Amino acid sequence: MSRSDVLLDVQGLKTHFGTDDGVVRAVDGVDLSLARGRTTCLVGESGCGKSITARSILQLVDPPGRITAGHVWWHGDPDAAEPADLAALDPRGERMRAMRGADISMIFQEPMAAISPMYTVGEQLVEAIQLHLPLSRRDATDKAVRLLGRVGIPRPEQRMHAYSFQLSGGMCQRVMIAMALACEPSLLIADEPTTALDVTTQARILDLLAELQADTGMAMLFITHDLGVVAEIADDVAVMYLGQVVEEGSVTDVFDHPRHPYTQALIASVPRLGSRGGRTSRLAAIEGIVPHPLLRPAGCSFHPRCHAPVGDACQELPPELHAVDGGPAARCHWYDDAVRPEGRTLPVIPVAPTIAVTPPAPVPREEAAPVLEVRDLTVHYPVKRGLLNRTVGHVRAVDGVSLTIAPGETLGLVGESGCGKTTLGRAVVRALAPTSGQIRYHDDKGTVDLAALPDSALRAYRGQVRMIFQDPFSALNPRMTLLQLLAEPFRNPALRRDRIGSETEQRVADMLVRVGLRPEYMRRYPHAFSGGQRQRVNIARALITRPRLVVADEAVSALDVSVRAQILNLLADLRDEYDLTYLFISHDLSVVEHLCDRVAVMYLGRIVETTTTDRLFDTPRHPYTEALLSAVPVADPHRRGDRAAQLPDELPDPAAPPPGCAFHTRCPHVQAERCGTEVPQLRGIAPDHDVACHHAEALELRGVRNPISSPS
Amino acid sequence: MLTFVARRVALMIPTLVLISIVTFTIIQLPPGDFLTTYVTNLSAQGEQVDPAEVAALRARYGLDEPLPAQYLTWIWGIVSDGDFGRSFEWNRPVAEMISDRLPLTIVFMAATVVFTWIIAFPIGLYSAIRQYSITDYVATTIGFLGLAIPNFLLALALMWMGLNVFGQDSVGGLFSPEYRDAAWNLGKVLDLAGHLWVPMVVLGTAGTAGLIRILRANLLDELRKPYVTAARARGMPERRLLLRYPMRVALNPFVSTIGWVLPVLIGGEVIVSSVLSLETTGPLLLSSLQSQDMYLAGSIILLVSVMTVIGTLISDLLLAWLDPRIRHGMA
Repeated sequence: MSRSDVLLDVQGLKTHFGTDDGVVRAVDGVDLSLARGRTTCLVGESGCGKSITARSILQLVDPPGRITAGHVWWHGDPDAAEPADLAALDPRGERMRAMRGADISMIFQEPMAAISPMYTVGEQLVEAIQLHLPLSRRDATDKAVRLLGRVGIPRPEQRMHAYSFQLSGGMCQRVMIAMALACEPSLLIADEPTTALDVTTQARILDLLAELQADTGMAMLFITHDLGVVAEIADDVAVMYLGQVVEEGSVTDVFDHPRHPYTQALIASVPRLGSRGGRTSRLAAIEGIVPHPLLRPAGCSFHPRCHAPVGDACQELPPELHAVDGGPAARCHWYDDAVRPEGRTLPVIPVAPTIAVTPPAPVPREEAAPVLEVRDLTVHYPVKRGLLNRTVGHVRAVDGVSLTIAPGETLGLVGESGCGKTTLGRAVVRALAPTSGQIRYHDDKGTVDLAALPDSALRAYRGQVRMIFQDPFSALNPRMTLLQLLAEPFRNPALRRDRIGSETEQRVADMLVRVGLRPEYMRRYPHAFSGGQRQRVNIARALITRPRLVVADEAVSALDVSVRAQILNLLADLRDEYDLTYLFISHDLSVVEHLCDRVAVMYLGRIVETTTTDRLFDTPRHPYTEALLSAVPVADPHRRGDRAAQLPDELPDPAAPPPGCAFHTRCPHVQAERCGTEVPQLRGIAPDHDVACHHAEALELRGVRNPISSPS
Repeated sequence: MLTFVARRVALMIPTLVLISIVTFTIIQLPPGDFLTTYVTNLSAQGEQVDPAEVAALRARYGLDEPLPAQYLTWIWGIVSDGDFGRSFEWNRPVAEMISDRLPLTIVFMAATVVFTWIIAFPIGLYSAIRQYSITDYVATTIGFLGLAIPNFLLALALMWMGLNVFGQDSVGGLFSPEYRDAAWNLGKVLDLAGHLWVPMVVLGTAGTAGLIRILRANLLDELRKPYVTAARARGMPERRLLLRYPMRVALNPFVSTIGWVLPVLIGGEVIVSSVLSLETTGPLLLSSLQSQDMYLAGSIILLVSVMTVIGTLISDLLLAWLDPRIRHGMA
């Protein structure tokens, strides 16, 4: 990159936080160049200092954080002969303030929280415009309406008067983007802008950003931990680990030939859409977790987790950034001629090691009775309004769902947020009472309908059907030790014994070992553990009663990529070891593809398609499935742009679903005939393949592998 | 919005009915009634009481009727023609006695709430922005002192200071002797203001201290919200950012104070007004309770409850007006 292309040049940036426990070196010598008009992705696990780097550029780090060294050279001012050092400006001064929003804008991870709920989005947008542009209120309002239209908000004049809490997350992010682009900045910093959004919404926001960038020619610094998003949007990639950039290069270089062991491991740990997991493959998880910045290892900070350390140098010498073959650069001793042993090169990471012994295939479903049969299950929530709080309607969270799960099978349940998949999962474990329908559970003693059982009779089944929750932080009572948490199901409330017997203790210890935690930890409290470790505790708590069926509700969604790979491997191992049956709820299709045998797709409280994983991903027969599949960003920059039409608009109101097929308002294949009038029933179109679409046989839909799937 | 107001007003009615029943019951709970207290007092002074006369009085005041009947008579009088009953002790209509004192009480309460706001707002704001600065510590310390010192002690200390340090010739009361029975004029208003500050400070300190803490905590929470960073990243000047964004949200407790400070003030007012001998409803309530003057006591408690319920309604409506999340959250 030549000098004139550089827009922002970060040199040796250090941002440190003085805490009572010591100085946290969150950003510790970052070098980063951003080119005009290009998108640079900053990747890494959480806790690596990506966000702090971005905030340091605009001096937005909250106290006690402080930039202690380094420069942020801004080349964006065409009138200035010399670049300006943003790191040297007063964070509260007028020059810094004038830069923010005008030359460099920023958008954030949680769009709802990033907009004040006290003013309409229009007021805030007009304010953002008037901060930097000398426009009258009327002109600014006109501009604001145009901007809202530009970022794809339908009916912008009306939306000007909406508050943030009246809009969906995707709409809020569009508003944020409109505010950020109001003054046509040269650089947009996007800090995980799509992480909190649905996969379909994410795809549309990414498209929008790419489109706006092409229009305005601005540069973008895009922070994400999702390698799929990186492959989708980046021109250049910088990988961060513990406050330093460890590798940088163009997106194709980094994905095709990752140089740094960390980058290699990150890429290997992502389940890729289209690379079928099946029961034999495991993900190449990086060992361990990102250490706390206070406990930074000496030498190369990555060496304790590295799959191929060079030697003693890794533990002693901090590596420099070495250019490899002229192009990309990696901060690794393997590329230091002074350190590397003669004639050796970095061994390639053993990608996705497969298990040698073939585990038992799931029992064919015809032979075994299903573990669970859900029949016409509905869960309705009343909507109350008016003077007397009368029920005026129902939100049909689950609206007539039927599904079966065979023993030993893993059934994936996917759909956008708000489609009712979590409600369905909770109804199955009877955490909530269904409105109608049956949940028939089969075991050696016969069949019971869990939906009809009173709470007192449910106790016998609470140990057999268990749940793993999404949020590892709030799912564990912070006032109970691991021992108490895990022993809870065995305590007899009638005896009121607070002592836990040695037998139970042994069981807890065994379970902890099984999920990869040390049994010594059992007297500690949850706050002493990281997110991944807590999710292991969650899993241990679900499995300690030796259940037959486990409902995992977004069990890996809150975890970092490398930890997610560890937990996915663990879930797969435990499934084989304990002969478990999973109902695996997730919005992440690549994870579902990796783990599940069969998949059910939910839309607005109904199942629209259910079949085997292979068939669903290769030959989807419902337009909604196709749209979901095409929205998943694939961690491969060469497959960019290879996707079907995006879904328009947001999810309809589940209290007033559209007539006919609920999906017809967003369906790219909608036809005049029947779609808007007749509700499609779930019907078999092939062996073990049910679809709720009138035109399933006639449509040409794209799967993940073969470009077009048409009926055979 | 209109349905909301209508529903809130409709809900006030059962609340008030319940309050009046509970009030009436509690007043009747101690053994005996006004007449037994009256007779005991007379006997203690050595006077003979004619049992026949007592029985006649008992019949006249309806004291032998069952409690529900007494309650119904009383509440019907209030609802039908504003008759709150007669005070046994003063032998005057309760309505008359209360109307003497209620306006001053309301002025006193309102002044105290406003005083609380004026003091608490800037201090809370400052100690949140400059968290852990010297000023924050000083404000915090004073705030805790204000919370910890009993009101009556502060009242006594201020009265002593008024007498000995400022040389005021009269402390206590709301008026100087020369204005006490005078008609309203500018002098009387000024005199009132001159006397009002002592009870205002006394009664306001605890509330101020509490409010400072709440504002500080709320504002600290808000300052860490993403929308503050986002607004800063848009290039919003700090002062404007602070006042327009987090401050708006942190204002909510101020408005809510009308609801929760009133009962506290009323409780504190009884003691403070007695110590400072103010002509408000507080001392009247105390003496009526002591002498089991049930209609007087019941009426004061009822009126004060009504004021509190109305205050809560007003603060809820203000909140809805201030905060769109509440306004749009209600159907």
